[in-house]
Amino acid sequence: MDWMEIISALALIAFIIFLFPAAREMIKNNPQGTSSDWMSFVIPVIAIALFVTFLVMLV
Amino acid sequence: MNQNYSTVAQRSTSAIATNKVLRNTYLLLSMTLLFSGFTAALSMLMNTPPVTYLISVIGGMVIAMFVLPRFANSPAGIGIVFLITGMLGFGLGPVLSMYASLPNGGNIITLSLGGTGVIFMGLSAYALATKKDFSFLGGFLMVGFLLVLLAALANIFLQIPAMSLMISAVVIMIMSGFILYDTSRIIHGGETNYVLATIGLYMTIFNIFISLLQILGIMSNDD
Repeated sequence: MDWMEIISALALIAFIIFLFPAAREMIKNNPQGTSSDWMSFVIPVIAIALFVTFLVMLV
Repeated sequence: MNQNYSTVAQRSTSAIATNKVLRNTYLLLSMTLLFSGFTAALSMLMNTPPVTYLISVIGGMVIAMFVLPRFANSPAGIGIVFLITGMLGFGLGPVLSMYASLPNGGNIITLSLGGTGVIFMGLSAYALATKKDFSFLGGFLMVGFLLVLLAALANIFLQIPAMSLMISAVVIMIMSGFILYDTSRIIHGGETNYVLATIGLYMTIFNIFISLLQILGIMSNDD
């Protein structure tokens, strides 16, 4: 394991520790989505997954 | 009757303010993307070592998290956004040089760049056209992002290429969600500061581009 990987790992740990309270707060105050709300998120995400697959086929 | 006029006037003022934030965000975003392209080209010409990427990303993130929020409401905030995006672009130099040296490197970089543009514009158009409130995604995206960071941390020690591929794919999905979430926040008045809105959208574009580069790079090596 070289020093670049050690610095990357330390930076990721620091980032996770910094983000954790904000994430907890966001979950606590998060509005609930209906199934129709979730569908409006899932459909574009599926379209993006298909688009990335198409890019992989092109390369 | 007067109350009706007042409500209509308030709504139209709010719509004008939202449009102003949106217009300023996209203007600043396009300028910072051009600036990043310039600093990335400069970094490639200078043949910077791979450690440049690590230093730039850590430095950019530290400035974005600790310095930018203090200056977001002042003109200095715009300068700090250019500093962050310039640093991140500069850090991309050695990464792009590495991909450019691959047999199919030019194609991988072009497809990643084009793919990132299509994903960003497609999702922004979707959020703007539907005007749907995606605020319900906040907690889910944050938890997903934390899990991805934990997986990336584990993979530094495990070094599994398939896991790296999976992490990149999940990052693209989560960043796509953040584009919808951030755009919807601007539309619905949740984000009124275009400096902070710009840096949020820039980070999603940056992460999608890096993840696409990684996916296309790994998949082209499998031939």
